[in-house]
Amino acid sequence: MTTDLVRATPRRLAWQRRRRSAVRFWKQYRTHRAGLVGLAALVLFALVALTAPLTVGSDVTGVTDAPGNPLEAPSTEFPLGTDRFGRDLLGLVVWGSRVSLLVGLLAAVLSVAIGAVVGITAGHFKGAYATVLMRITDWFLVMPTLVLAIALATVMSRSLGTVILAIGVTSWPTTARLVRAQTLAVESRPYIERAKALGGGHWHVMTRHVLPNVMPLVLAQTTLMISSSVLAEATLAFLGLGDPTVISWGGLLQDAREAGAVSAGDWWYLVPPGIAIAVVALTFTLCGRAVESVLNPRLGVAR
Amino acid sequence: MVSEAVTAPVARARRPRTGTGYPRYVAAKAGGAVVSLLAVLVTGFFLFRLIPGDPVKTMTGGRPVSAEQLAAYRREFGLDLPLWHQFTDYCGKALTGDLGTSYQFRTPVIDKITEALPNTLLLTGTAFVLYTALGMWLGTRSAWRHGKLGDRLNTGLALTLYSVPSFWLGLLLIIVFAVGLGPIPGLFPTGGMESGGKEGFAYVVDVAHHLVLPVITLVAVEYGQTLLVTRSALLDEMGSDYLTTARAKGLRDDLVRRRHAVPNALLPTVTLVFVNLGRTVAGVILVETVFSWPGLGGLFYQALSVPDLPLVQGLFLVFASAVIVMNTLADLIYPLLDPRVGR
Repeated sequence: MTTDLVRATPRRLAWQRRRRSAVRFWKQYRTHRAGLVGLAALVLFALVALTAPLTVGSDVTGVTDAPGNPLEAPSTEFPLGTDRFGRDLLGLVVWGSRVSLLVGLLAAVLSVAIGAVVGITAGHFKGAYATVLMRITDWFLVMPTLVLAIALATVMSRSLGTVILAIGVTSWPTTARLVRAQTLAVESRPYIERAKALGGGHWHVMTRHVLPNVMPLVLAQTTLMISSSVLAEATLAFLGLGDPTVISWGGLLQDAREAGAVSAGDWWYLVPPGIAIAVVALTFTLCGRAVESVLNPRLGVAR
Repeated sequence: MVSEAVTAPVARARRPRTGTGYPRYVAAKAGGAVVSLLAVLVTGFFLFRLIPGDPVKTMTGGRPVSAEQLAAYRREFGLDLPLWHQFTDYCGKALTGDLGTSYQFRTPVIDKITEALPNTLLLTGTAFVLYTALGMWLGTRSAWRHGKLGDRLNTGLALTLYSVPSFWLGLLLIIVFAVGLGPIPGLFPTGGMESGGKEGFAYVVDVAHHLVLPVITLVAVEYGQTLLVTRSALLDEMGSDYLTTARAKGLRDDLVRRRHAVPNALLPTVTLVFVNLGRTVAGVILVETVFSWPGLGGLFYQALSVPDLPLVQGLFLVFASAVIVMNTLADLIYPLLDPRVGR
């Protein structure tokens, strides 16, 4: 009897509820085969990126004392060939995954964070504030994201922060729209009225009641957004707007083009970074679609 | 009364609240588009003015220049005036089509843009027609046989190509089909729009020859979106009663699809078609860069690698306005096709 009373604190109840819903989520996620494949590939990429300092080391990016001759074709010594400075391409692709994934992740988090804040506040505070905010959102929504990001990256200094910022501040409007719709749906429920009647302020309602309810949506959106952020990062780097001092997949492709790999027919220089970008983007898309269809079966995404 | 006179066009359109819904809708959408375009204009100014660094320094590229020359440059590009003065100047000029002078070409930006515009329209127009047709066709087939092997292959391939960076696909196509790889000879030109020295019909064939690879690249990365939307729109219609009725009448399967299901399912796709045009604008920057196509996208790349700020700014205005106009058109056409919306 007493042990039962001890166990039933609100915090414990909440955690039990969360654990149950996580288990339920995983059971449904497991039925999406594409989602599982995506998740497995995702774990693999994360491991490769995290263990890169152990497997290839940062020496791989050094231009001086490169191990091979420039533009060597694939061989047993260099499985993917060498780049224009004679560096091992396999090592560079592995090392480049760190920057590509990091920028993709941070840009997506920034974009979804802006979108969530705009969406929740626009849904919570109605009136002029929400109208103005949604007008701005709509305007950003119709702007060609990439053109805006390129323009931003052009006028700012070349650094990873610039790339993250340029992608993040241009791609949030979709999230803001989705989150606002969800916020409006949550706020019309009776327990919000109860919370307000008990003296809950704006901050309390938004963080304690609305945020937990829009969180699943935000997570699904982040997963999908990473996919487009990785692509956007590669694009900016390819256009020469990335940080020239770090190795990323898009940067490798730009190097290859500048080194004349295209006209020389050096396909092995171009193929690996491009496949890496495409596979990572596809992986996050598959996971995102699976998460989305678990959380919102109405969307009818095919299994 | 006075405030009504100021906002005359909007007020006039709003008055007949009953009856004619469409003109009012048009006025509201057009008004919104004008506001968006003005916002683009303002963004264009501040984005390129409130940046760290001196545009004149960028222009001279770090070469040693005397103070008199710097001052002359400032006067030439109007950079010695106060910011608000520059702003009003810029707005007035932009509205009359004067977008300033390019730093690197030393010619009016508007001339460079009008020169490149037809080439871009040719490339995007061809690709747009092809990927919309392909996406809709494959999307309907996929939905009609959903869950089957063909559908799975279709959506899988579309999703894969959708994740592929367009510039990378373009580079690979150049290596395989233009430079030639192994037994494959170089079938197509590596870039540009014409070989030069051709006239009449031979010129048309030459341009078409140069058009093949860039169009394939654009179509490959863009058709997936149309396919997926058409497919899900048709899947939504699949269980409808009117389809059962049509079948019960004894109509053949493909007639049910063509005459009954597809027209309804196409409605959501129409919006996407126009939104896609906006996406294509961004896609074309990369494809034109890769294939050295002498269009707006290729010009944008040349401008941003300097960076040639007036040119980047002018192209930014053009790209953004094009997208806004396209979206407004989609909004205007949609209620005409689907009477349930917007009234």
